Amino acid sequence: MATFGRACLILGLAVALYGIAASVHGARSGRRDWVVSGRRAVYALAGLATVAFVVLEIAFLRSDFRYEVVATHSSTTTPLFYKVAAPWSSQEGSLLLWVFMLSIWSSLVLFLTRRRLREVAPWATAVLLGFGAFFCALLVFLESPFDELPATPVEGTGLNPLLRHPSMMIHPPMLYSGYTLFAVPFAFAVGALLTRRVDAEWIRSTRRFALGAWLALGVGILLGARWSYSELGWGGYWAWDPVENASLMPWLTGTAFIHSIMIQERRGMLKVWNASLVLATGVLAILGTFLVRSGILDSIHAFGASTLGIPFVSLIAVMIAGSVALVVSRREALRSEHKLDSLLSREAVFLGNNLVLVGLCAVIFWGTFFPLISEAITGDRASVGPPWFNRYTVPLALVLVFLSGLGPLIAWRRASAAGARRNLLGPALVGVAAAVASVALGAGSSPPTVAMMGFGAFVLAGVTQEFWRGAGARRAMSDDGPARAVVSLVRRNRRRYGGYVVHAGMALLFIGIAASSALQDTQDANLRPGQSMRSGDYEVRYVRPTSSITTTSDGRLERVNFGAVLDVRREGKHVTTLEPSRAFFPSTAVDEFGPVGRFFEGEATSEVGLKAGVLRDVWSAMTPDIDALKPMIDEGDKVFTRFAQDGNVTQTARSEALAQILVAITERYRRSPPPTTFRVITSPLVAWIWIGALVIFVGGAIALWPGGDSVRRRARAGYKARVARDLGSAEEREPVSATS
Amino acid sequence: MEVLTLLGVLVALAAVVAIVGHPLRRGPEAMERGTSARVRDLEAAREAKYQQIRDAELDARLGKLSEEDHRVLDRQLRAEAIEILRELDELQ
Amino acid sequence: MDPSRKRRVRLVVALTVALLLAGALVYTTFSAASPERIPSQLSDAQPGQSYKLGGRVVAGSIRRERDAMTFEVQDPKGPAKVPVSYTGSVPDPFREGREVIVTVQREGSTFVGERDSLVTKCPSKFQSETPS
Repeated sequence: MATFGRACLILGLAVALYGIAASVHGARSGRRDWVVSGRRAVYALAGLATVAFVVLEIAFLRSDFRYEVVATHSSTTTPLFYKVAAPWSSQEGSLLLWVFMLSIWSSLVLFLTRRRLREVAPWATAVLLGFGAFFCALLVFLESPFDELPATPVEGTGLNPLLRHPSMMIHPPMLYSGYTLFAVPFAFAVGALLTRRVDAEWIRSTRRFALGAWLALGVGILLGARWSYSELGWGGYWAWDPVENASLMPWLTGTAFIHSIMIQERRGMLKVWNASLVLATGVLAILGTFLVRSGILDSIHAFGASTLGIPFVSLIAVMIAGSVALVVSRREALRSEHKLDSLLSREAVFLGNNLVLVGLCAVIFWGTFFPLISEAITGDRASVGPPWFNRYTVPLALVLVFLSGLGPLIAWRRASAAGARRNLLGPALVGVAAAVASVALGAGSSPPTVAMMGFGAFVLAGVTQEFWRGAGARRAMSDDGPARAVVSLVRRNRRRYGGYVVHAGMALLFIGIAASSALQDTQDANLRPGQSMRSGDYEVRYVRPTSSITTTSDGRLERVNFGAVLDVRREGKHVTTLEPSRAFFPSTAVDEFGPVGRFFEGEATSEVGLKAGVLRDVWSAMTPDIDALKPMIDEGDKVFTRFAQDGNVTQTARSEALAQILVAITERYRRSPPPTTFRVITSPLVAWIWIGALVIFVGGAIALWPGGDSVRRRARAGYKARVARDLGSAEEREPVSATS
Repeated sequence: MEVLTLLGVLVALAAVVAIVGHPLRRGPEAMERGTSARVRDLEAAREAKYQQIRDAELDARLGKLSEEDHRVLDRQLRAEAIEILRELDELQ
Repeated sequence: MDPSRKRRVRLVVALTVALLLAGALVYTTFSAASPERIPSQLSDAQPGQSYKLGGRVVAGSIRRERDAMTFEVQDPKGPAKVPVSYTGSVPDPFREGREVIVTVQREGSTFVGERDSLVTKCPSKFQSETPS
């Protein structure tokens, strides 16, 4: 089977190379049959990648340890759900996932646009297949998932227990969907520039591709943040880690593009800017993929062999050089048709939004790559941490939120000052009121938080006003009830109202981020049972220790848990009970640590005790002092070794003895627990980050939802009649020159 | 196992060749160029222009645009739409 | 001022502001950054300057006391090591033999870690622990 999988990848590489040649030949000679053949090569690649991926999955599900990847990333005790996801915890598996996603999404897009963008599509196909060929080549020549071990081990190393969380299973595929989806607008931009067809058709399609990619990547990023908060033992959701930053950068430029492309659509402006943005987003997406896998920057995510460094850097260099060459050589086709009419217009606000987003991206880029930059300039490698990032991104984020509230309230093209005033007044007042209220509620210690509250409320009030007035206008025209009016309003203006919903979600998200990061109360304490600590308004008492042993469904020992029961009170009243714990997974190194000791020397993960609420979260984690148990563990090692040396002892008896020793250790922990270190964090409004994310997703889906074709067709027929009528009257008024 | 693998590879190869070669067997077919590409582009531009007219109307109804400003803008946008329709008629 | 001149002025102003901000950013980063060091490079460490110390946790050197944890960090490929005293959250993968990064400042002969700045590199994701 492994040979078959490998053969599929080799075949995939071959068909990708063929597809590039066929598409380019078809494009240049004008032969449609070669173009279609090239497109079908993408479908073929998708099929082959799927087969290879399935082969790998089957190997994991069957715990086939002949495969090196399976032996090093899974084990027989790994739960089924995580066996399915374990492939992409490995370098090879995640490269295969990348090719799989790229080919699937490319096939989908090319199929859906097979009758459109006729001149651009072949070149886009070639570019997408170029990426496919690159990753296939990596899989065939450098990092094959189908390498076999000379001797088949009995048991695998197991999945890193840190990854045993549902979010971690969806986070990589979502992120990769985002990255690979951003390859699509990149490819179509290259095609459009090559054929000098940067026009309305291209704009309409590219915007939808970018929006889809933006959604996927956004969800991936937020899932990672959620996992970090609820699963890791540090209680935060964003660390300005290089890998986190690498996923955020293409998302920022993608957001900028989604907005500025509308200016190009309306006014034929910013063509060079937009072309550069979409190309840069593609480069940043590949850079993001590369950063995760290369290890050139220190990161908690730092995994990846350096063998991939050179190929990736070469790819990125080619992409950058090619992009610059394309934009420069096609600048005639990218000439602006108009200029900005007025600074008081939605176009101007979008421009501002672009500047802020690109500025954010530039700041993050600079900070992330500073170690490499400083090494190149001064020879000394230096890095910056979260305080530096926060200092520069917070003000920019404030401006961004403000602009996102301003935009919807200003008209396109040229807003009248009176109209603008009328629309801004209500939301502005709400914003100020919210800011004042937040000071009253205790946020005064952090001016940026107060400002964010104000701007966030401004956005939310503005969006509400838009929906209210819009529904009102619809009701004035038709006889709809309020609910129907809103629905039909949104259906007729999906882009606009979907966008408004996204803005509302972003406001909630930023309010949550501002409050939870500036106003959180983190407390560490070393407690014995019965002792208490304070965090925020809460008094947290360590009631008693807990300990247990978790086995898998077939009776094998999975982990030993030590935990605590915490009683949380506020003003004397019981609020909740938290049960943080730590899970200890066994190491396979018996000789190094002893038969009993190895159960405490493998990986350890924190189980967070979390009470989430609408207003605030109480988060807790504990670190038990295992050292205090060491004498008992050593004793257990001696007892077990003596017991097991007896030749008459069966395997079952041995297992039972081991289990008894471990149970005794866990009981000792419960009876006389050593002092335990607890961390309790009280953060206000954290839940709104996740709620905001959901709202963003809904808004994006609305904006992306395909056409309402019947609505459009009806409207178009009506408009056609009206414009045709105008045509008649226009000819009567102004005699037309003899071109018609 | 070896024979099975070999068979599998041959099947995959045959499938790929069939998928990719199918359009070639139908014979050469020229791509529509020039005019029809321009037509599709104009159709997309027309859609976009109609959306802009509707947006302006919504803006006016919601009070972001004064009556006078809307009248001017609407006339301008419709003129642009007429141009597009005119060129479309010429090509079709 | 006619519109095109107004636009040019706006463009120049915007570019100047951007350049100034960029310049400020670049300038302040160099002073705000912590140099990355391995233990053998810390002999000339200045007190009051924070460094990003990277290296391996020396086996048997981890001591957890009431208010702080102390351990030793060794060069990834060498014998030099320094003592570190650290308070704050300890990442789940932290254990002896692992590669860590911690922001420290020199205080006498020991290095005090900045609170919550300890990062442990995700180990064994692609390198397996030797299965026995």
